[in-house]
Amino acid sequence: MAALAACAPARAESVPKRVVSMNLCTDQLAMLIADEDQLHSVSHLAADPGASVLAERAGAYVVNHGLAEEIFLMRPDLVIAGTYTTRTTVALLRRLGFRVEEFAPETGFDDIRQNIARMGAILGRRDRAVALTAALDAGLAALAASPAQGSVAVYSSNSYTVGPGSLADAVIAETGLDNIAASLGISGAGRLPLESLITADPDLVVTGARRFDNPALAQENFRHPAFRAFARQAVEVDIPDKYWLCGAPFTLIAARILKQAARRLEAGQE
Amino acid sequence: MSEPARYRLLLALLGGATTVLFVLSLTVGPAAIGFGDSLAALVSGDGGAIVLIMREIRLPRALLGLMIGATLGLSGAALQGYLRNPLAEPGLIGVSASASLGAVLAIYTGLSAAFPLALPLSALAAAVAGVLVVQALAGMHGGTLTIILAGVAVSSFAGAMTSLALNLSPNPFAALEILFWMLGSLTDRSMEHVWLAGPFILLGWAMLAMLARPLDTLTLGGDAASSLGVDMRRVRFLAVFGTAACVGASTAVAGAIGFVGLVVPHLLRPLVGARPSRLLPASALGGASVLIAADILVRLIAPGRDLKLGVLTAIVGAPFFLWLIWRSRGRLT
Repeated sequence: MAALAACAPARAESVPKRVVSMNLCTDQLAMLIADEDQLHSVSHLAADPGASVLAERAGAYVVNHGLAEEIFLMRPDLVIAGTYTTRTTVALLRRLGFRVEEFAPETGFDDIRQNIARMGAILGRRDRAVALTAALDAGLAALAASPAQGSVAVYSSNSYTVGPGSLADAVIAETGLDNIAASLGISGAGRLPLESLITADPDLVVTGARRFDNPALAQENFRHPAFRAFARQAVEVDIPDKYWLCGAPFTLIAARILKQAARRLEAGQE
Repeated sequence: MSEPARYRLLLALLGGATTVLFVLSLTVGPAAIGFGDSLAALVSGDGGAIVLIMREIRLPRALLGLMIGATLGLSGAALQGYLRNPLAEPGLIGVSASASLGAVLAIYTGLSAAFPLALPLSALAAAVAGVLVVQALAGMHGGTLTIILAGVAVSSFAGAMTSLALNLSPNPFAALEILFWMLGSLTDRSMEHVWLAGPFILLGWAMLAMLARPLDTLTLGGDAASSLGVDMRRVRFLAVFGTAACVGASTAVAGAIGFVGLVVPHLLRPLVGARPSRLLPASALGGASVLIAADILVRLIAPGRDLKLGVLTAIVGAPFFLWLIWRSRGRLT
């Protein structure tokens, strides 16, 4: 048990000095909040430019793949994980005496504030967390000052859309636009039939970034003649997935892209 | 060489292969620990990083590979013998599919996040429910065909419910977790999983082992076996509940791992002669070798990608199975 004591932190409130994050979203929050040299390793997804906003900065850290043995060898005094997909690894790490903090995926801006504050508290960087939250709130206030008008639908690969209870819906709500998924009774992630999309006739359609180079059947829905005809009338907005895959201060960028598109639409109608 | 001697040699070879692979499995991992050091850490008492890695990370993984591989081989051989159907495999009586459904429901409802063993416990409960349904559908006097049909019905239903959970999953992260879980993996399982699955697996093995003699008699046909004093109801009880106990527990901790239970008995049958009682131990050892070898490969081929075990066994198993069919196509009629 001597080894257990050696790698477990003495007290929960002591500031961790060697932190390992094994989830894309916690990677990015930790990179934004952690002190220099405090964060030791991030997951391999953090360096994927399609998924991670901070991909360039991720190169400065050791890469992990969320495997218990690998993380054990890094001898972290704190492990940060998401609440999904690495459950057995988290259970095993806890059994080995590591302190593991789990973060649930954010489904709204309140979640983002809470996760930033919690990350700040855990890393002993409360000031940095407060500053980030203040910047986020200022950005949201600026968005709220001049709400956009109109309706929008998210229509991604495989005809997926998002409704209330998802982060993307929270982003749409902040711009002042109206998400048609709500009136269609879709909550969380769900499928939006092409017919419903055309019937609802939103002013804007967010197609998500078609960032994959390889052709996929999942994107056949964009080739459908009915969709192409519809896309010629509505304004298509391309919001890279990485901005709202994880909730963080940069999620504001998604809202700004959407709002600029709404402004262009309003300007075109006048 | 006489036939019993050849059989003993085969068992010794398979046992040797399983032992070697088990030891190799203990020495594969991201931590570059020397061969001697790693094995010494298993037996020496002093604490330290190597001891922890060996005892808490690699040992449970190797043990589960051994137990689950043997389970798949043994139950595959037992079911092929009992049902006298070459297509029989451990998942046929619906245990794997219902255990998967239990696990998926635990992920879907968020129960698996509440406490770590919620997922395997829920999978075990669903496996029990599934096998009870099969038994109820087949009735007290149903024959082997009824068991197969009831198993197919339960598998289809559980599969459909699993797809429904994926379909309705409001959270893409949960959907991804469900998908990954269903591919089967031994990554980062702990001794808790061994203690949870172990008793059920041993119980299942004991029940299937008791089938050895009745299965030999069954090769003469069901009616002939009955007239020779084989209690068909007891045989069915042992085959169905023995498979359910060990395969249900295996699926609960590792997900559904395909092809091992189907291919291994076919591979070894020509080597042991036509006697099911001999095929059972050989197939158990063969299954253990194959699964541990696959689990080693998963870690060697793509150390960082967490390649799923079920994917590898299917990729290697399917072409091999095709070759087996091609070789024996004249004899399968």
